Amino acid sequence: MDPVVSTDFTPWLSLSGGILIGLSAVMVMGLFGKIAGISGITKGLIGILPGVSGPSDRGWRIAFLAGLVSAPVTVLLATGDWPQQAVPESLLGMALAGLLVGFGTSLGSGCTSGHGVCGLARLSPRSMAAVVTFLATAILTTTFLRHVV
Amino acid sequence: MRIAMGLLSGLIFGLGLILSGMADPAKVLNFLDIFGAWDPSLAFVMGGASLTAFIGYRLVWRRSVPVIAPAFDNPTATAIDAPLLSGAAIFGIGWGLGGFCPGPAFTSLAMASPGILVFLPAMLIGIVLGGASKSLDLFQVKGA
Repeated sequence: MDPVVSTDFTPWLSLSGGILIGLSAVMVMGLFGKIAGISGITKGLIGILPGVSGPSDRGWRIAFLAGLVSAPVTVLLATGDWPQQAVPESLLGMALAGLLVGFGTSLGSGCTSGHGVCGLARLSPRSMAAVVTFLATAILTTTFLRHVV
Repeated sequence: MRIAMGLLSGLIFGLGLILSGMADPAKVLNFLDIFGAWDPSLAFVMGGASLTAFIGYRLVWRRSVPVIAPAFDNPTATAIDAPLLSGAAIFGIGWGLGGFCPGPAFTSLAMASPGILVFLPAMLIGIVLGGASKSLDLFQVKGA
């Protein structure tokens, strides 16, 4: 496990960022009638989700992910600096983490955005169950790796 | 129009992830470390985002159809079943290990840290494998 990088408590910045994420989710619903779930959008793009193979449906998904990817570049152009980030350095750990995140969100039909933001906003009991479950295993995993191992 | 609006929505989402701290794995892992270096900031991300979407969804659902799509496409599944719970549990383990969920993984690509260059392709492979296992009903308990 990598050394713990300390971070400051940023309630206002985090709340503002959260509101932007919520606005984006509302745009995706209002414009495209879809849930702004990143794992779902990615899955639809890969083409394994049934019924989403139409080219027009694929277009906005590619554009949305391109927008996500371009966000830090926008920050760089606006401020002259990349956003602050400390990424764990164990490549084996990150490969395993990526596999688990991809597999789990695909099997569980959603991630922090689809179940978290959008599902909670829809008051979906299914999404609430997913959020409680992934928060619990995430807290257990981090706690285990930092305090037990 | 669809492409421009898709790009704009994605950009706003990504800027939200960066501003909120969600795109920094250190902040995510400290949020999850409730008995250690706990940084509760990310509760404000989830709260602000869900509340905004809760209000906004109800405003846009007053329309009969979305602006540039034929119909609202809300999920119809309601069952709290084995694939949902096992998938969410597995996702949580990966999130607690690497500090990235899917959105921040895409947003972090351009910064090209070694960790994300390994994480993102692994995540895409995981999505394909997860979809395959779902269609094979590997995680469907009999009678569930």
